[in-house]
Amino acid sequence: MPSTSTAQRLAKGQKEISVSEFFEKNRQILGFDSPVKSLIMGVKEAVDNALDACEEAQMLPDITVQIEKVDQKEYRVTVEDNGPGIMPTSMPNVFGRLLYGSRFHAVRQSRGQQGIGISATIMYGQITTGKAATARSKVEGAEAAKEIDIVIDTKKNMPVILREDYIPWNEVEHGTRVSFYMNGRYVNGRQSVYEYLRQTAIVNPHARITFIDPDGKRHFFDRATDVLPPRTKEIKPHPDGIELGTLMNMAKATKERSLVKFLQNDFNRVSERVAREICSASMLPETTRPSQMTLESCKKLLDGIGQVKIMAPQVDCLSPIGGNLIRKGLKHVLDDVKPEFYAPPVTRDPKVHSGNPFLVEVGIVYGGGLPRDQTVQIYRFANRVPLLYQQGACVITKAIENTDWRRYGLEQRGGSGIPFGPAIILVHVASTKIPFTSEAKEAISSIPQIQEEIELALKACGRHLKTHLNKREQKNKTRAKFEIVQEIIPLMAEKTAGILGKPVPDLRGTITKIMDVVWIDSSVTFEKGRHKVDVTIYNYTPKQQRFSIHTIVPNGCLDEKRCSLAPSEVKDGEKVSWELPRITSTEIYKLSYELSGLDAEAYQDVDLYVSGINPVYVMGADPLPGDWDVEGLNYTESEAAEPEPDPEEAEEEPDYDESGEDLNDDQ
Amino acid sequence: MTTSERNNEAVRRLYAISESIYDQLEQGKIPKMVLPLRTKANIRFDKKSNVWKYGSQKGARSAKKVQGAMMLLRTSYMLELIRDMINNNRSSTLREAYYISEGWGKAKFHSQDESNMLAEDLEIVTQCLREDFKLRPEEDGARVIGDLNIVETDRKGKRKALNCRDDVGDSGYGIPYNVEKEKVELVSTSAKFVIAIETGGMFDRLVENGFDESEDAILVHLKGQPARSTRRFIKRLNDEMNLPVVVFTDGDPWSFRIYASVAYGAIKTAHLSEYLATPSAEFIGITASDIEAYDLPTDKLTDMDVRALNAELKDPRFNTGYWRTEIETMLKLGKKAEQQALAKYGLDYVTSTYLPEKLSHLGIMRK
Repeated sequence: MPSTSTAQRLAKGQKEISVSEFFEKNRQILGFDSPVKSLIMGVKEAVDNALDACEEAQMLPDITVQIEKVDQKEYRVTVEDNGPGIMPTSMPNVFGRLLYGSRFHAVRQSRGQQGIGISATIMYGQITTGKAATARSKVEGAEAAKEIDIVIDTKKNMPVILREDYIPWNEVEHGTRVSFYMNGRYVNGRQSVYEYLRQTAIVNPHARITFIDPDGKRHFFDRATDVLPPRTKEIKPHPDGIELGTLMNMAKATKERSLVKFLQNDFNRVSERVAREICSASMLPETTRPSQMTLESCKKLLDGIGQVKIMAPQVDCLSPIGGNLIRKGLKHVLDDVKPEFYAPPVTRDPKVHSGNPFLVEVGIVYGGGLPRDQTVQIYRFANRVPLLYQQGACVITKAIENTDWRRYGLEQRGGSGIPFGPAIILVHVASTKIPFTSEAKEAISSIPQIQEEIELALKACGRHLKTHLNKREQKNKTRAKFEIVQEIIPLMAEKTAGILGKPVPDLRGTITKIMDVVWIDSSVTFEKGRHKVDVTIYNYTPKQQRFSIHTIVPNGCLDEKRCSLAPSEVKDGEKVSWELPRITSTEIYKLSYELSGLDAEAYQDVDLYVSGINPVYVMGADPLPGDWDVEGLNYTESEAAEPEPDPEEAEEEPDYDESGEDLNDDQ
Repeated sequence: MTTSERNNEAVRRLYAISESIYDQLEQGKIPKMVLPLRTKANIRFDKKSNVWKYGSQKGARSAKKVQGAMMLLRTSYMLELIRDMINNNRSSTLREAYYISEGWGKAKFHSQDESNMLAEDLEIVTQCLREDFKLRPEEDGARVIGDLNIVETDRKGKRKALNCRDDVGDSGYGIPYNVEKEKVELVSTSAKFVIAIETGGMFDRLVENGFDESEDAILVHLKGQPARSTRRFIKRLNDEMNLPVVVFTDGDPWSFRIYASVAYGAIKTAHLSEYLATPSAEFIGITASDIEAYDLPTDKLTDMDVRALNAELKDPRFNTGYWRTEIETMLKLGKKAEQQALAKYGLDYVTSTYLPEKLSHLGIMRK
């Protein structure tokens, strides 16, 4: 029969293709789809590996990247780190074999995952230039470094060593250097090697990165902290959202002989009690042998897992950057644009997607030299790696577009889409497994749990921004009024009195009518490791005022001896209260205090609260929150109160238009 | 009223403003000054005088806002300056007043627009003229050529009779900033009409072509948006000599506004429309339809031109069938043309063909 013979003929033509061969033919899957991008990918893979290696060995990374131009199309890339080095026997496989890596099977956060990156880069270089790559590595205590010239046999997915030498590398204690040739194109701009390294420096404030560009110019990103991120722990898979296939594989492979033990010992966050609950929810006997579980019973088990509430995975398998370091990293790199405000970054608690823990961090930078008439800049990071491409396909972008930024003080047409304004929004997703849309690792898939977490973090950080913008607007308004009553009105009185030959009138009535407020202004100066805070209280109401003022300082930092007025109470080392003396109408009272032992940026905005006075009459301080006496005042999540409408605003005549715009017939 | 009487009255009225500010301060109120809104939306056609004046909408300049407080403060300084000038019999230009404010410290003006606007505000509130405040524009009015006999009282107080065609050079008689009777007396004329011309180039063309003599016309150069004295001079020719007035401008949105300020009154000086505007003045062109009818060389409308035309569609002064058609035609064409584009057909074309056609249409000239 003809059909059989066709099938036979086809079967003869079918043969195994090696992974390397597959990637050779489909290199865009790995991100090598344009000359500009290829160069960035090459640098990225090498730098990712270097950072991973240093962190795993708990060493502060010191990385040098150099790009040299060989000819019109060809570049040479060299990346050197001070990491622990690679054992000489492993070198051929690390650099010359795809899917060879230590992290593929680990449930743990790292930059590289599959062990494709660096070998694919070397393969790409080999395909485009025909030249071998050179790798050199020295482990601690070794007398010499091993250096190899290496190519990949793409058919067999095996390394081929062309040269192998031991050479003294006395300048370094330990470390690795890899250099390879590749076709590419070097550019500047938002998608460039420079930008990639700059963003890497932001989220890796513990790394020192030196970049030598093709013109020989050195760019230096110094580390902003000497503290390494804690080493991430390997954990077992979390049962939430685990896939059926994975579950079946695990059941086949387990050493445990009963379902309850299997659940308890092979999964994260499953105690004996929880394991029993799962068994009964799945309606499977606790003694079921995992190895004999059928597809049916595995499906039942999956159902059961879904019904039982299981604790979120612990944080220590993830490596969040943390609010303080995100701010430091941003500050360090954005110094030249002098942003007006760094919103306190938000780090969410870990959650789970498909059995993999993840967490989301968000930071927002606003104002200063950032462009005002463009869409905001989005900095996307996955496990501390910048994502420069495929912005539109990424769940981070979707979450940003899905958030109504008008509520947080940015412009956005119709309340969706990428907002406009002088801002940078930084989003970091950390996970033991980042669900990328492709092997090129350019965008994160739209997993609903991840999108929801990003949106929550964006909102929390957005609220900080809004609070700041409200405060700023309030301040500007108050400053303007201040100018009126302090300067313009007295001059007006003097002048009219002079013209009319009458005495200068008492202005208190007018001034308190214009202000009708107690204005509290504060400023912080940092000098010699001390923060000095000056609080000025202006009573611009027609009456005398007597009230208390409160603030929160970082625990134990208040220097009580250096307060201009002794606090009436200091609670839990951080909640400070002062009972102010009587302040008569139009009088000014000054209060100051000092803090010691803090970093300059750890205390910038003073949050002041008042009690014993109607808060409507106070500008520059919020009413004392109801939970002041309860421990741990949570002021990060509270919405900023809408400013009270000015009762004087409603008046007979509209304001006279001082701009005179409408008047000119000519021009 | 004599000049000095008017000056004294002005000082008296300015004092009243000062007193009002002082009293409000003394009573502990927030000082404010109420005056008509000077906007397009607040001008109304006055049937009695046939011109556009400010309507009844009022705005408060209050010390609650920085800008308002600053203007009130400057008002006091301005009062003092005016009082001192009147007492010492001096005067200053508006530009000088702006520079004098350099010495006012915080109260100084940040632009001349601010000082000009305040001077106009004071005119409105006191119902005086800025001349009564001893303030004058830095520029004189424009030029006039034609058979018109006047008597001007010169700076030394001497009365000089002169003819605006025979006793002047080719640049014509320069209209002084004060054209009131005590300064310029209109005596007699043989002219049949007044033609007000936007550009100097076209004014010179008509002079060179002898249009004033051949057609018995008085030529007035508007110099773009005309100064108050130019408009006042045209109004007096119309009122006292009974001469019809036609306005001849470029064909673009800004020229429409030039005509409007001559005939209807300008938004900025609507408090003086009765005194400055010539309601019977006719617009002869360049009209939007001329662009097509005469097949004139054109320029594309710029974005600003288009915005200006659209603003005119919302301007009550242009809310007539004639102007709607003109504006909409120009928007549809997307083009504008200059007066001098008529030179396409030769230098004499404007005086031998274009103007005779237009003027005979109005019955002012017979072909």
